[in-house]
Amino acid sequence: MLIRHPPDVPSSEITDRALYLRRRALLKSAGVGLAAAAAGGALLEACTAGTADASVPPPPPGAKLSFVKGPYGTDEAKTPFKDVTTYNNFYEFSTDKDGPAELAGTLRPRPWTVSVEGDVKAPKVYDLDALVKGLALEERVYRMRCVEGWSMVIPWVGFPLASLIARLEPLPSAKYVRFETLLDPSMFPGQKGGVLPWPYVEGLRMDEATNPLAILALGLYGETLPNQDGAPLRLVTPWKYGFKGIKSIVKIRFQSDQPKNTWNVIAPDEYGFYANVNPGVDHPRWSQATERRLGEFGKRKTLLFNGYAEQVASLYAGMDLAKFF
Amino acid sequence: MPAAAKKKRAIDRLLKPLVFVACAAPLAVLAWKFWTNDLSANPLDDITDWTGRWTLRLLVATLAITPLRRLTGWNRLQKVRRLIGLWAFAYVTLHLTTYLWLDKFFAWGDVLHDIAKRKFITVGFAGWLMLAALAATSTDGMVRRLGGKAWQRLHRLVYCAAAAGTVHFLWLVKADHRRPIAYGVTFAVLLALRLPPIAARLPRLRARLAGQPAPSSPPAPLNPPAADVMSAPDARPGETPLPRDAQEA
Repeated sequence: MLIRHPPDVPSSEITDRALYLRRRALLKSAGVGLAAAAAGGALLEACTAGTADASVPPPPPGAKLSFVKGPYGTDEAKTPFKDVTTYNNFYEFSTDKDGPAELAGTLRPRPWTVSVEGDVKAPKVYDLDALVKGLALEERVYRMRCVEGWSMVIPWVGFPLASLIARLEPLPSAKYVRFETLLDPSMFPGQKGGVLPWPYVEGLRMDEATNPLAILALGLYGETLPNQDGAPLRLVTPWKYGFKGIKSIVKIRFQSDQPKNTWNVIAPDEYGFYANVNPGVDHPRWSQATERRLGEFGKRKTLLFNGYAEQVASLYAGMDLAKFF
Repeated sequence: MPAAAKKKRAIDRLLKPLVFVACAAPLAVLAWKFWTNDLSANPLDDITDWTGRWTLRLLVATLAITPLRRLTGWNRLQKVRRLIGLWAFAYVTLHLTTYLWLDKFFAWGDVLHDIAKRKFITVGFAGWLMLAALAATSTDGMVRRLGGKAWQRLHRLVYCAAAAGTVHFLWLVKADHRRPIAYGVTFAVLLALRLPPIAARLPRLRARLAGQPAPSSPPAPLNPPAADVMSAPDARPGETPLPRDAQEA
C-alpha cells in the first residue's frame, strides 16, 4: 500500500542514480508505444518539460560531517533520505519534483563564495569554508511544511543563523537580512528559462533571523547537502513554508528595508513576506488546514507555526497574521 | 487481392484493439509503478498528476481524429473516436476519484466547499460533468434517441471540456505555465482545423501531398450550415449519412 515503512534508509540503499535515469527512459519508451493515441500531447510536454540529460555527471557523494545533537528536535519519524533527496522543489533545476535529483550534477558546490553586503561592519566576499569556520555544527530534526500541502521531517546539519550574524556584526540600521541564490545557468539549467525571475531571493526580519530556530544548513542525514537540497548552504526556518528556505546561497545582505522575496514578487496575493505556516490562512487557491506527511496515507492537521509556536509566536505578537501572511 | 490492400484491411481490423491497448497502457504503467513502489515520495500526487495528464492527452487524441481523417482520407479512424473519448472519461473519473478519496476522504462537506470556493476545482469539476454527459450519451441508442443534430450539438461540449481541463491545469500550477499553455494552444489549433474554410482545405492538401490533382468536383460543404462543424461526424459525399455515421462518432 501507500504507507512506506522504512523509517531510516541507510545511504547504501539509496537508489542508484543510473537506475533512476533508466527508470525515466523506460517510462519514455512506454510513451513511444502510445504515440498513436496521444502523440500530440505527449510530444508537446516533452518539448516543454526540460527533459533529463543523461550526460550530466552525478554529483559527488556527500561527505560525513561532525556535529552534536542540537535542541528543538522532534522525535517524529524522519522522512527517508531517498525521499528527502528525490522529491524536491528547486526550480533552478526543474519544476518537476524528481527533476532536481536527476539534473543536480551540474552544480559545483566548491569552490563557493558568499558575499556579505550592506549594513554590516565589514562587507566582504568570503570563501564559504572560511565564513563558517569555527561555527559548531548541530543536528536539528525539523518538520518541513511545503506551501503545496505536504510535509517532511528532516535531520538537518547546520549552525544557528544567529551565530553567523553575531560574527558578521550588522549595523544598528540593519532591520532585515536578504539572501540570494547563485545565478548561473550553466550550473542551474532551469535558469535558462523564465519560470521565476532569477536569482531567487528570500529574506527575514532581523529578529526572525536571530531566533534560535533559524539555521543555515550545510548538510542533512549527517552528510554534506546533496546538490538538489540546496548545496552547499541553505536557510532552514521550520516555522515557515518551505519556500522561505532559500538554497545555494551566494549573497547575504543586511538592510533597512524589507526584501522583496521571489514568490511574493510574482504572486503577491498568494505568497507573503512572512510565509508563516498557518492553518487558518488559506492559500487563495487551496486550503492550508491539512497536510500530507510524506509516507502517510491520511492527512494531518497543520499546526500554527508548524508546531513551533512556543519558540516563535512572540515574534508576531499583535500582528494580523491574515494580513501579514 | 493485392498485398497492399490486404495489409490495409489487417490494419483496419487491428485498429480498435490496438487503440484500446494504447489507451489502457498509461493506467497499466501507473499500476505497475504503484505496486513496485516506483512512484515518488508523494504517490497520491503522482496518481493525480498522471490521470489528469492522460485525460488531456486523450482529449487531444480524440479531437485530432477528424482532422487527421480529413488529411489522410483514412476514414476508419472515425471508428476509434468514441473509444478514445470514453477512455478520456475513464481517466478523468479516476482523477476525480483520487481527489474525493485520497485528498478529501469523502468528506462531502469539504468537497462541496472546495468546489464552491476553489476556482480550479470548480472548473475541473465542471469539465468532469461535461465529459460525463458526453459519455452517458455516447451509445448508439442515445444517438438515435437524441437525433443526429441534437447529439452533435451536445457533443460540441467536448471543446468546453478541453478548455475547462486546460484552465483547471493553468490555475493549479504555481509558476510553470508552459504545459497548460501547450495544451491550450493544441486545443485551439484542433478547433481551428474544424473551421469550414480550413477543414475544406485538408482533403485538398492530402491530394496535393499525394501528388494527385485536387478533387475535380468542388468539395461539398462539410456540413449543412445549421449543423455542427466541430465534433460532428462530418458527413461528406461518399460517406454514410447520419445517423449511422454518428454512431461511430
